[in-house]
Amino acid sequence: MVMLRGFLVLVVFFLLGEALRLFAGLPVSGGVLGMVMVTFTLMMRGRVSDELAEASRGLISVLVLLIAPGVVGVFFVFDQFAGHWGTVAVALVAGTLLSVFTTLLLMKKVAGSTAKGVDHG
Amino acid sequence: MADAPVFEDLMSTWASGPMLSIALTLGAFMVAQWLFARFGRPLWMPPVLIAALLLAAVVAASGLGFEKYSQGAAWLTALLGPTTVALGVPLYQQMHHIRALWKPILATLPVAASLAAVYALGIAWMMGASPLVLASLAPKSVTAPIAMGIAEQLGGSVSLTLGGLLITGVLASLFVDWAARWLNIQDDRIIGFALGLNGHAIGTARAFEISPTAGAFASLGMGLTGVFTALLLPFAFQLWLPAP
Repeated sequence: MVMLRGFLVLVVFFLLGEALRLFAGLPVSGGVLGMVMVTFTLMMRGRVSDELAEASRGLISVLVLLIAPGVVGVFFVFDQFAGHWGTVAVALVAGTLLSVFTTLLLMKKVAGSTAKGVDHG
Repeated sequence: MADAPVFEDLMSTWASGPMLSIALTLGAFMVAQWLFARFGRPLWMPPVLIAALLLAAVVAASGLGFEKYSQGAAWLTALLGPTTVALGVPLYQQMHHIRALWKPILATLPVAASLAAVYALGIAWMMGASPLVLASLAPKSVTAPIAMGIAEQLGGSVSLTLGGLLITGVLASLFVDWAARWLNIQDDRIIGFALGLNGHAIGTARAFEISPTAGAFASLGMGLTGVFTALLLPFAFQLWLPAP
């Protein structure tokens, strides 16, 4: 029951996110809008209930399980893009390497004065 | 051969509901977790990739077919919505860390999220990629549900986008680890943020393995990149490629 109550809260926020997406005409998914709404609601309440914390920890721990079916599809469209995979591979490898370095360097440079080492907690 | 029709009857009975797909997915997930731990948690072979490879092999070999499989698996993937919402909870729990770093986050995000798309697009464009491929690669660093929407809006192929997402997520997990070591960055907050910004849900899953703080910053990076890219990319793409 405790888990289910937390799960219900998450599902309701997802539905609210979908509603916001529809009525505000935003090109962002209902899940992400729901995530933003949950964060703001918790900030206003100033605390998170055990059931919500429990349910969200449970779902996040199976995130990989939920992504895997979508990834399976990739192996079934492989030949559809037979001629493109070379370009795609180079663009993704080089592009991701460059953007990872950029992000880390930017964060390090800008945060350099405020962030020293790992905080605990 | 009396065995073949019996087996086919059984397959079609099982495949008439979602339970076969659900069992296969759960089984693949558990085997993948076990293999991942068994092989010393290799970064280049994350559980999601092991699970997907196992599933693809079983789905092809059993004759179930991808169409049938994904219909059944939709019962599981429907949970991706509430799970994305659930990421807001660690985000709130780590808010004190985020408050302390809000300036660098706001300064980095627009530049890094734009470049995540621009680098790959620039390289693909120089190599003569077609507008279809470019449109499919553009949302490569964005979480899947948003990326699929963007790819459709730009006229790309959703399957190719998902392929690009998978490769990007795996590569980002790998490169963040290398680059952080090379640049001597040990701050979980910066590492997590880079994982989420560049590697969407796969990077975020990796960040939660490092620490809850890294996970929260990855959720933040993923969420902000998703929102930022979804709002700006369709607009930018139209300016750059008037006729896709």
